[in-house]
Parts: sequence; C-alpha cells; structure tokens
Amino acid sequence: MGNEAQPQDATASVDFQEVQQTERFKTLRKRHRSFVFPMAVVFLLWYFAYVLLADYAVGFMSIKVWGNINVGLILGLLQFVTTFGITAWYVSYSNRKLDPIAAEIRNEIEGHEFDKDGNVISGAAK
Amino acid sequence: MNTMVPAAVNVEALKDTTLLNMGIFALFVAVTMVIVFRASRNNKTAADYYAAGRSFTGSQNGTAIAGDYLSAASFLGITGAIAINGYDGFLYSIGFLVAWLVALLLVAELLRNTGKFTMADVLSFRLRQRPVRIAAALSTLAVCFFYLLAQMAGAGSLISLLLGISDWGGQALVIIVVGALMIMYVLIGGMKGTTWVQIIKAILLIAGAGVMTAMVLAIYGFNLSSLLGSAAEAANNPAILNPGLQYGKTETSKLDFMSLGLALVLGTAALPHVLMRFYTVPTAKEARKSVVWAIWLIGLFYLFTLVLGYGAAALVGAETIKSAPGGVNSAAPLLAFHLGGPLLLGFISAVAFATILAVVAGLTITAAASFAHDIYANVIAKDKADATTEVKVARRTVLVIGVLAILGGIFANGQNVAFLVALAFAVAASANLPTIVYSLFWRKFTTQGAVWSMYGGLAAAILLITFSPVVSGATTSMIPGANFALFPLSNPGIVSIPLAFFLGWLGTVLDKRREDPAKQAEMEVRSLTGVVAEKAVDH
Repeated sequence: MGNEAQPQDATASVDFQEVQQTERFKTLRKRHRSFVFPMAVVFLLWYFAYVLLADYAVGFMSIKVWGNINVGLILGLLQFVTTFGITAWYVSYSNRKLDPIAAEIRNEIEGHEFDKDGNVISGAAK
Repeated sequence: MNTMVPAAVNVEALKDTTLLNMGIFALFVAVTMVIVFRASRNNKTAADYYAAGRSFTGSQNGTAIAGDYLSAASFLGITGAIAINGYDGFLYSIGFLVAWLVALLLVAELLRNTGKFTMADVLSFRLRQRPVRIAAALSTLAVCFFYLLAQMAGAGSLISLLLGISDWGGQALVIIVVGALMIMYVLIGGMKGTTWVQIIKAILLIAGAGVMTAMVLAIYGFNLSSLLGSAAEAANNPAILNPGLQYGKTETSKLDFMSLGLALVLGTAALPHVLMRFYTVPTAKEARKSVVWAIWLIGLFYLFTLVLGYGAAALVGAETIKSAPGGVNSAAPLLAFHLGGPLLLGFISAVAFATILAVVAGLTITAAASFAHDIYANVIAKDKADATTEVKVARRTVLVIGVLAILGGIFANGQNVAFLVALAFAVAASANLPTIVYSLFWRKFTTQGAVWSMYGGLAAAILLITFSPVVSGATTSMIPGANFALFPLSNPGIVSIPLAFFLGWLGTVLDKRREDPAKQAEMEVRSLTGVVAEKAVDH
C-alpha cells in the first residue's frame, strides 16, 4: 500500500509554520488548551484532595452517612462519577468545538474532504 | 504450606478443581490461537505487525486497552487488598482509574496524530532523533522489563494457588508453558493477535467479575450497606470500612501513599504498552473513543472489585484468605468457589491465567517494537533498514524477550517482586511523562531538556527504589538480610517525578542549541488536526 512513506511525501510542500499562524489554527489550539489544561488541574487537585483526606482525615472519612456507608466511600464513588463525567464532557466538547475546525484545516492542507469521523469522503484519498 | 488451614474444605477444594481449571484454560488457548492464526494472515507490513494495520475500531481498541491494563495484580491483588485491608484497597484502585483522564485529555489523540509505532516516534518528532530516540527506547525497555518480570513472577504464585502445584519444578514448567504460549501469540499474531487475546480476555474478566458481583449483591438483597456491615462483622473490625488500615500506620506510610498516588495517576498515560495501543486505530477520533471505552470498562471493573473485596471479607473471611496458598491473592478465587463451586472457580482461574498471558503479550510486542523500530532501524541501521528487515528483527526480539521473561519468571518465582509494578509506573511517570507533555505543549522544549529529563527521571526512580525498604532493611524486603535503605519511601514518585519535570525545564533553558521551529510547527499542527496521520490499511 506504500502507506509507510506516503505521509511525508504528501505534505512535503505544506508550510506548517504558515498554518500555525492562521487564525483558524490559533482558535483550535486555544479551544483545545483552554479546555484540557484547567480540566487536568481540576481533576488532579480533586484526586489529591481525596488522597490527602484519606491519609490525614480518617475521622472525617469514617463518619457514617447512611447505614454503613461513610463519607470516605461516598467521596471515593464520587471520584468515579467525576471521572465518567469529565470523560463525557470532553467528548461532547470535542465533537462540537474541536473536530469541525480540525477537519476544516485538514481539508485545506490535504485537499480533500472528510466526514465528521475523519474518514475521507472525496478527493485524492491515499 | 504447613500453616493451619481453618476452612480446609475450601482450600482442598481448590486443588480438586485443577483438571477443570486446566481444561477451561486450554479452551481459552485453543479459541484464541485459532483467532490469532486467522488474524495473522494479513500481517505483511510493519504497520500490520506493530499497529495491526490501524484497523481496529475505537471500541475494540478500548476493550483491548482494558485487557492490557487490568493485570492479574489488579484483579486478584485489589480484591484481596480490599478483603484484608478494606477501604485502602479501594483507595488504591481509584488512582488507576482517575489516571485515564491524563491519557484522555493530554496524550491519546495528540500522540495518535504524530507518531507511527512507538512512544519514541512522538518524543523524537521535533528534537534530534538519535539521543532522544535512544533515551525513549531505553525507558520503554526498562518499564516493560520491570512490568514483565512482575507478571511472570506472579504467575508462579498464581499457579501454586490455582492448580495446586506447589513444587518449584512444576511451577517452572507452567511458567515455561505460559511464556511459550505468549511467544507464539506475539510471533504469529503480531499486534493483531495480541489485541484479540486482550479483547477476549477483557470480556471474560469483566463478565466473570460482573457475574460474581451480582451474586454477592443478591446475597445481601442488593444493599451495599448490609454487605459492608457483614464484612465489618466478619472481620471483627469496623475500621475495615475506613481509610488507614494499610497506608495510615505511620507518617512514612501516609507519605508513601501520596507518592504511590502520584506515580499511578501520572504514570498510566506514559506506559509504553498503553501508548502503543493508540496506533492500532485509524484516526485520533477513534483513539479518543478507545480511551472513553477503556475508562468505562476499567471504572466498572473497579466498582466490581469493591463489591468482590468486601464480599470476600464477609463470605470467606480474612483468616481463611491469609492462610490459603497464595495469601491475599486467593481472595477472588476463594470467593468464586464459595459462590459458584468448582465451575465458577475454574472459570475465574482460567481468566486469571488468560490475564497474565494477555498482559505479557502486550508488554513483549511493545518492547520488541521499540527495540526493532527505535534502536535497530533508526540507530543501528541509521534508517537504511527496510520494513521487512525491521519486522524480522522485531520477531527475533520477541523470542529473546520471551526467553528472558521465562528465565526471569522462574528465578524471581517466590521472590517478593510485587513492587516492580509500582516501579514501572514510577519510571513511566518520571522518565516519560514530562517529555511527552513538554514536547506536545512547550514550544521552546529542546533535545537537552528531553535527554536530561528522561535519564534523570529513569535514574532517580531506579536508584531511589534500590535504596528503599522494598529492596533491603525490612522483613518484607527483597533482600531482608541486608540494610542499605537510605530512602524511607517504597515509591520514588514524589521525588523522581518533580525532579524529572525540573530537569526537563533546566536542560531546556540551559541549552544553547535551538530546535527547528518548522518541525515544532509541523508537530503542533499535526497533533491537533490529524493532518497526514496514517489511515487504516485496506486488505
């Protein structure tokens, strides 16, 4: 299929520095970073807050809330909930804000079109 | 095994089911072998061998990631840890899950868009190839080696538990069989075969754990609170529901858990065998779907282990678990026997074997790809090797690694090497993650920064472990007789990870050479847009 060497050849003529300076690419980068960086900080802080509580606030974590279910178990299960929640949020954000603009830039560079899943639908595929 | 066994019925019964266990395991091997042979028909190019022709879908790859990630240590170890130490075992599993957000948000898609086969592809993309590639390959090989050794050594103790083979020779024979099977899968099937083994194993493992979870919950009328109450009562210790039993003993052990938590959360997204899985899908969007699937499956699985761990504490009892052959690791098999008799035990035992097989296969192909693609093709042959030679070298490397893994497994059998998994995470988080993050997000990052960070992180993690209580100075150490434990913590992460980030920054600001801005632009544009990323190969 020769798909090993092709990518380099296909883009040898592309000036990536020029693309990097376009408003569209800057918007894409800004949208990506303004989501993933704060989100990474938030979930890491929340995880380490939880670990610190489990390490140093055993009394608080042991308070029973309902039957034998204590604060520690609820906070632990909340870690699962937030992990699933952030995952779902990121997927929806990417679908709405990142994928369309990334596809536009790709179309321009490669000279053919993609559907929303990133598959080539027209132009010189391969 | 001359300790008193209170619930002798259970433990003896384990041995009676040996034939059944072996039968179910043989069935798994037979089915997967057929699939591997079928899948291997199309293995022609390097992309086929290393990246399964980029032909898997996001959901298939996500399932395979779960199969790659959920090792026997997660299944048997975490269930056992919850059964014995209660809440702290659960605490441990949360780090393993939350870590996937790093992979989802910062690594998976960008990596898929910029690399081809290995982690080093991405790290050396815009820096000087040779030094960065060699460093990345060495750290890949180190992580794979530590992880592999832990898995193979664990195979020995698992065998003594599940098959009732307690003599050294018999265990060695089974380690050889496991190693030989793994070599066949990887040699014949390449990444495609390995992926299918991982997919099948993940489905069996999660389904098995799910059935057991439903059975435990049914006993307690689907009331978690009464399960917890019963576990606390059986343990005769209400503290089993609170944090602190394992990690809260001393100030050092508390700090140690912080260090472990840091290594787990930052190491996962930098494990080379996990990263390599992202190349088996055609697009970044499928890489994203892979992580989403993996997060759901892994999260679900750890929720199951919570119920299974407390279920084992309540229904089997900590004393029985501790005195059974295999100790803590026997909690899940004993619970399976309690719930479903020999058949469920046989199934769970076979799944545990399949787990070792799938994980070692994934590690082996990663190490072989890194050696052949990074060290052989790019450094030794200086990019003059064709893809056919490269794959040939990769296959030979698989043989060498397989033999090393078997020998390592036989000689490490019975040694206390459980710390090696934590070490693998610490090395990944220290040696790999800073450079991954810097090269994806920091424009000014240079070769010197990458090299300092990778070697500094790798050396710091290994040195600190060597001079820690896991190697010497404590009764549970690998070398209990000696004492050169100068570093008090069992996990080096809390020191080595910040150090590696610092070295990456320092190496960069002190570097007089600047990297090519055109390469930086190309990497940034490609990582975010997926321009020219390889697509699936049609056959």
